This record gives sequence, structure tokens and C-alpha cells, in this order.
Amino acid sequence: MQVQALEGAFANAPIENAVAFRAAMNALARPGQIEKISGAKPPAPLSVAAGSLILMLCDSETPVSLSGPFETAVIRDWIIFHTGAQIVTPDKAVFAIGTWQSLAPLSQFAIGTAQYPDRSATLIVECDELKPQGATLTGPGIKDAAQLSLPETQSFQDNAKLFPLGLDFFFTTGTQVAALPRTTKVDH
Amino acid sequence: MTDYNFAYLDEQTKRMIRRAILKGLAIPGYQVPFASREMPMPYGWGTGGVQVSAATLTPDDTLKVIDQGADDTTNAVSIRKFFEVTAGVTTTENTTEASVIQTRHRIPEAELRDDQILVYQVPIPEPLRFLEPRETETRKMHALEEYGLMHVKLYEDISQHGAIATSYAYPVKVEGRYVMDPSPIPKFDNPKLEMSAIQLFGAGREQRIYALPPYTKVESLDFEDYPFEATKADHACDMCGAENSYLDEVIMDDQGSRMFVCSDTDFCAGRQQAGHLGALAAVNAEDAA
Repeated sequence: MQVQALEGAFANAPIENAVAFRAAMNALARPGQIEKISGAKPPAPLSVAAGSLILMLCDSETPVSLSGPFETAVIRDWIIFHTGAQIVTPDKAVFAIGTWQSLAPLSQFAIGTAQYPDRSATLIVECDELKPQGATLTGPGIKDAAQLSLPETQSFQDNAKLFPLGLDFFFTTGTQVAALPRTTKVDH
Repeated sequence: MTDYNFAYLDEQTKRMIRRAILKGLAIPGYQVPFASREMPMPYGWGTGGVQVSAATLTPDDTLKVIDQGADDTTNAVSIRKFFEVTAGVTTTENTTEASVIQTRHRIPEAELRDDQILVYQVPIPEPLRFLEPRETETRKMHALEEYGLMHVKLYEDISQHGAIATSYAYPVKVEGRYVMDPSPIPKFDNPKLEMSAIQLFGAGREQRIYALPPYTKVESLDFEDYPFEATKADHACDMCGAENSYLDEVIMDDQGSRMFVCSDTDFCAGRQQAGHLGALAAVNAEDAA
């Protein structure tokens, strides 16, 4: 294990967890709204935002799957050391981290069951940038309409059709986070 | 420095609650099971709300706690003190100053903003529980969207009483999908469930968390010929004169004389300070003098 895997946790976990959660909750409750989230210093190429989400949400009860450029020994060790989460295959993951391309196909993730729609995966999608422009979002949490730079629209439209089942998404870059729950309707 | 972890609960527990809150927001109206903890207060005193608040608070928050609209009842005072000690947060009785408001059975009269969070204490989160006692069955009913029984209940209200007699914990349908218990708020408050603040519901004994993101569509169940009505006592507040607030009826003596006062104490006090006086306000001032 490299030393890098042992560093970069929250300096003051109770406070930073709380602040990070409020950013994540605000993002998810208001799809399209871009929030600041920071505190973690994860190994590259994991962003500060994704690292902070992982520290705040993951533990031994939440299997995590890694894909694409994030499937490295250092990132794996960092997550295991700081959270105790197991690294698993996508079908068993509660949280999945990757780029939009590396996470495909989305059908490999759990979407919940009719009786327990909450037993579904949350995807943390690392992006190059996040901007309040592009796809138009409507639905719960959005007053009229919101805009967010999404990697595509079709997959999110298909995901919304599964409601109340489906996947929920966090998009991260740098210290920014935005979110798209299954309830959001996405248009061009 | 306090002897407790920030906001009392350990980090592992708060993480578990936070994950449940996020799934709750993603599936509005669906009750997410969570591993509710023992809290240093009895079940029925808001252990669910307290756990949700503990997972939500940051040190910069200003907390307000109300019990049936009042800031000064035992339940509200003790929960406020609990978080003053364990989280070191500022507390307030002023609705507009608060960033997190924990409530038992009321929505404040003042319209909430998008930077505020309303946390409800919920006794029985399952709206179908009194119609079907088995959790295995109600879970299936939610999965199948089988809500006919609830309409039968409201219909029986009409056939027996001539109107829908359910006056609190009035069932709502969220985004056209889940039927949800809005906690025992008076049905007067139901229209306010569509608001710009985040609403979180915590049921400690029943181990459920659910949520409403801002601007979520919340419809009170009704019939075309018996539409939903947000009712209140047909009276003005005797202290502040407000005609549009939810009122408590207070028995004054053995002869049965009574007065009506706003259940939202902050709203009522604010109006009185602004010079609005109700029918019995003068009498009350004399008594105090």
C-alpha cells in the first residue's frame, strides 16, 4: 500500500461530513443546482468533490465499484482504508464511480425492487466540467426548469421511465457537485 | 468542547441516516427503512425527527423547534437544549431566522424559504397502517400502487359524517405515485406541503425516513364531488386578530367560556408586536398588569 492511500481524509470528520452532506442534499433536492463540496484530498484522478462524497457516504455497509481511470490500486486502497467499503463488481455496488463512458452500460447496476426502490445504486460521474446550461430539467425540486451540462439525455430519459425504480446520479468535477435523481425529466 | 460527538450521533450512524435521506429525496413520498437508534428521550418524543436533524445540522445552522406550533412547550424546549449542548448550534424561536426547523405536527404560518429545511417528527409513517396492520401487505400495496382502501376510508367518512371527517394526518399523493402520511399536521397545513424548502420526515420507533424535495407536487386525496378543504376554526385569533392562521381552542373556566389563539406562537407574538390585537388581547394585558 502506498502512503498516498493513507492521506487525504477529512481533517475534522464530524463537521466536514455534515457540511459535505448539506451540499450533496441541496444538489439532489434541487437537480441541476451546482454546489461546492470539498475537504477530501483523494489520489488523482479522483476529484475533490467525488472524494468528499465517498468519505461522507461510504462505509462497510456500502459496496463500491470503480471503473475506467478510477480503477487503480491507489484509489482502491484509499477508499478501503478511509471508509472500510468493499470494492465489488457493478451489479453489487451501492455506489459506483467512473466517467460517463466507463460506467456504461447502466443496466449493470441495481435499480431497486418494486417493494424496495431505495435498494438502487447511486452513480458518481466524474465530468470535465459542470455548467448550468445544456439539457433542460424539470420535476421535483425544480421550480420551473433548470439546465445542466449532461453527458447525454437518452439514458436519463430511460432511467426516469423506470420510476419509482432507477438510478440516482451525482456529477462531480473539481470541488463542484450537481445531481440528477430518477424523478427528473430531461429534455434537449 | 463537549463530551459528545458533533450532534450526538456517531459518524457511522449519521452516514446511514444521510444515505436514507438522499434516497428519500430521490423517491419522494417513499418510506426508506433505516436503523433507528435509541435516543436519550422516549419514543413518541421525536426520536425520528431528532435523528434526522442530527444528520442534517452543521455548526453554522440556527435551529428552531416547535411542538404543535409552540416554541415553549416541554418537547420543543428540551430538543432545542439537546442540540445546544450536543451540536453547539444557535437556537431561535423566530421562524425567519431559522435554517433548520424541527416540527411536531405543524407547518409554520410564515412561508418558508429555499434555504430552510423543515424536519417533521412522525409517529406512524405508514398512511395505510390503520387500514392494514401488516407491514408485508402495506409494502405490497405501495409497490402495486393499490390505494383503493384509502379512498374507501374517505368514502366511509362521507357516508357516516356527510363530509371527509379526517382532520389531521390527512393522506396526500406525492408526484402522482406514493400515498404519504404528512405526519399529524392539521389538514389546514396540507396545501403548504408544496413549498420551496426541503422537507424531511423522521419516524424513530417505526424506523422510516421520507422526504419531499422543494416544489414537489403534493395532492390531498379527495373526490370530485367532495373536494379537499383546508379547514380551521371559524374564528379570528383572540390575541393577535389573525383570520388566516390555524387556531387552538382554549377552555378558560368551568362555565365553558373559551378563546381561540394562534397555534404558531412566533407568528402570533410577531403580529402582537406589530400592533395587531385580537378581541381578548386587552383583557389579557390587564390581567398581566
